[in-house]
Amino acid sequence: MNNLINFLTAGILAAAPLLFGVLGELLTEKSGNLNLGVEGMMFMGGIAGIVGPYYYEKAGGTNPYVALVIALVCALVCAGLGALVFSVLTITLRANQNVTGLALTMFGTGFGNYFGEAIGHADPSGFLSVSASVKSLFNSPVFPAPLVNLPVVGKLLFSHNFMVYLAVILAIILAYFLGRTRTGLNLRSVGESPATADAAGISVTKYRYLATIIGGAMTGLGGLYLVMNAGAGVGGAWVHNCINGYGWLAVALVIFAVWSPTRALWCSLIFGGLACMRYYYPISFIPASIYDIVPYIVTAVVLVFVSLKHSRSNQPPESLGLSYFREER
Amino acid sequence: MTEHKHSQREPLVRLAKREDLSRGKKWAIRLGAILLALAVGSLFILVLGHNPLAVYKEILTGSLGGPSTRRVTVRVAIPLLGAALAIAPAFKMKFWNIGAEGQIMAGAIGATYFALFWGDTLPKPVLLLVMALASIVVGGIWGLIPAFFKARWGTNETLFTLMLNYIALGIESYLQNGPWKDPSGTGFPIIAMFGQNARLPKVFGVHVGWIIVLLLTVGMFVYMKYSKHGYEISVVGESESTARYAGMNVKKIIMRTMFLSGAIAGLMGFLVVSGADYTLNGGTSGGVGFTAIIVAWLAHLNPFAMVLIAGLLAVLTKGSNAIQTSFKIPASAADVLSAIILFFMLGCEFFINYRLIFRRSGSAAPEKGGEGRE
Repeated sequence: MNNLINFLTAGILAAAPLLFGVLGELLTEKSGNLNLGVEGMMFMGGIAGIVGPYYYEKAGGTNPYVALVIALVCALVCAGLGALVFSVLTITLRANQNVTGLALTMFGTGFGNYFGEAIGHADPSGFLSVSASVKSLFNSPVFPAPLVNLPVVGKLLFSHNFMVYLAVILAIILAYFLGRTRTGLNLRSVGESPATADAAGISVTKYRYLATIIGGAMTGLGGLYLVMNAGAGVGGAWVHNCINGYGWLAVALVIFAVWSPTRALWCSLIFGGLACMRYYYPISFIPASIYDIVPYIVTAVVLVFVSLKHSRSNQPPESLGLSYFREER
Repeated sequence: MTEHKHSQREPLVRLAKREDLSRGKKWAIRLGAILLALAVGSLFILVLGHNPLAVYKEILTGSLGGPSTRRVTVRVAIPLLGAALAIAPAFKMKFWNIGAEGQIMAGAIGATYFALFWGDTLPKPVLLLVMALASIVVGGIWGLIPAFFKARWGTNETLFTLMLNYIALGIESYLQNGPWKDPSGTGFPIIAMFGQNARLPKVFGVHVGWIIVLLLTVGMFVYMKYSKHGYEISVVGESESTARYAGMNVKKIIMRTMFLSGAIAGLMGFLVVSGADYTLNGGTSGGVGFTAIIVAWLAHLNPFAMVLIAGLLAVLTKGSNAIQTSFKIPASAADVLSAIILFFMLGCEFFINYRLIFRRSGSAAPEKGGEGRE
């Protein structure tokens, strides 16, 4: 029982970065832009999110809350800039979305490792890391101790760091935005049929730019989480190649979640659980290296099943991945 | 498009398609884009407090400066060019195979099996041939799996091929830690070095792989441009329904092309383990499958242009290792620089395909279908 609760708690912690990635990519894809650069934007958000507070502390700053705000802003801005590059190339300059996304992934991966390594080497300690107080802000529960100490529910529901709740709140906001607001409806129409939206007076370019940049910034929070959270590794320090495929899993999960923010919650949770299952339920006859790739195998299987099932409501945005040229209508 | 009235507010910039650009001008634009990319890349070097010109010079001398460094650069370029050739037919078909990384690994695993367990029993030429065949078959199957599901049910190939990268890497890690672990090693999980029999011979100081990929380059050019298969691939790429109306078996074409794509990538895995590393490890693919996408796309899927671009990126990769030792600049600089070059090359195509008409100068001659939207 204890093991199960520990496992579920770890699963939730592992799910949060995925959820940020899924929600960001979902918003992007709703506008018809398929940005395969999530992995890269997560790297950009992650590195900027740790470099910001690192320099703040180097400059003598000691307030961990200020450092936290700096981390969030840096992660959002840097990942958003990555998405901006993607938007300029694909929306204004009409480049191929697939290749541009891959280039962004390559750029972001290089960008993160480049600065992570360079700044780490320049530091006397040899690492790019933040102080223990900042790290603990990113890892300790937000709710007061009495709630956290409740049996079962305390650990499952109230013991998490603020970013977990932030991710869930974002999912709810996104679900409301896409399903219940006029702007959300406009955005969906841009993704489904940009020509129709254009005719109705909706600025396709503006919606695509905004959705892609805001979505990209959200994925950056996932990168920040992976860097700061101690669940996956060190926490609060840059580790070479620390995103390690999470961004790609997020892209796949958008398909699994059939472009619904609420379903994204469950899908991320399942994959978060899969990612850390082997630490809680080792199976003797499955070697560790094979257990490690279970999430990827499951993703491949899920992709096949999603494609087998052709229901009308579970389809991607109609014009996903296609650039819109008004002149070529 | 409705009629364009001049009395209405005219946009600042209008776009017009242009098809009359000379070849020289096109390449001038592309060269300009590369120079701009290097200028932007130098910002990343400046941030670390180094002189970009000195660093670029070191990249060149560290990759082309001497005979031994040149040999290493060629060795880096071989799998890069081969993997780009592998990707080309798939991309031409608009099948986004980003799984070359895994297909290289799969091929390498296939070749390694024979190197490890048949190395003593087979004579050298036979062994090398069997290893090559094994890498082709295993790599091909690794490419065929996503193609099968794509052809059957339209399963998203981008993500499927990507997941297969991680799966191939996991299988390699399993073999390295378990059944294929070097028994004579000191307990550290590594795969034994290949015997002399399983190593590719050298020609002019570099393993024969370079001859193989150059032959493949010519072969791929002919295949894509002059063969029936190549024609079918380009029709499927342009429009699947057109291909179907023309009586082509689209499913078969997708699967055949992806087998070929995976097979060539797998063969590169063989070249790496048997020609360069003499063993198999987690870094056997080493990002080549991803960089090859850049090579293929920058070359506009033209095999001969790929030789040039693969050479350029090999210089960047090898040169980045050199600046790591001499300037302490992380080797990831190669990724950053090549991605920036790709960004600019992607962007510059727009200026090759479209003409910008500014409000004042172009107002006299509005062209058909040339209305801007900025």
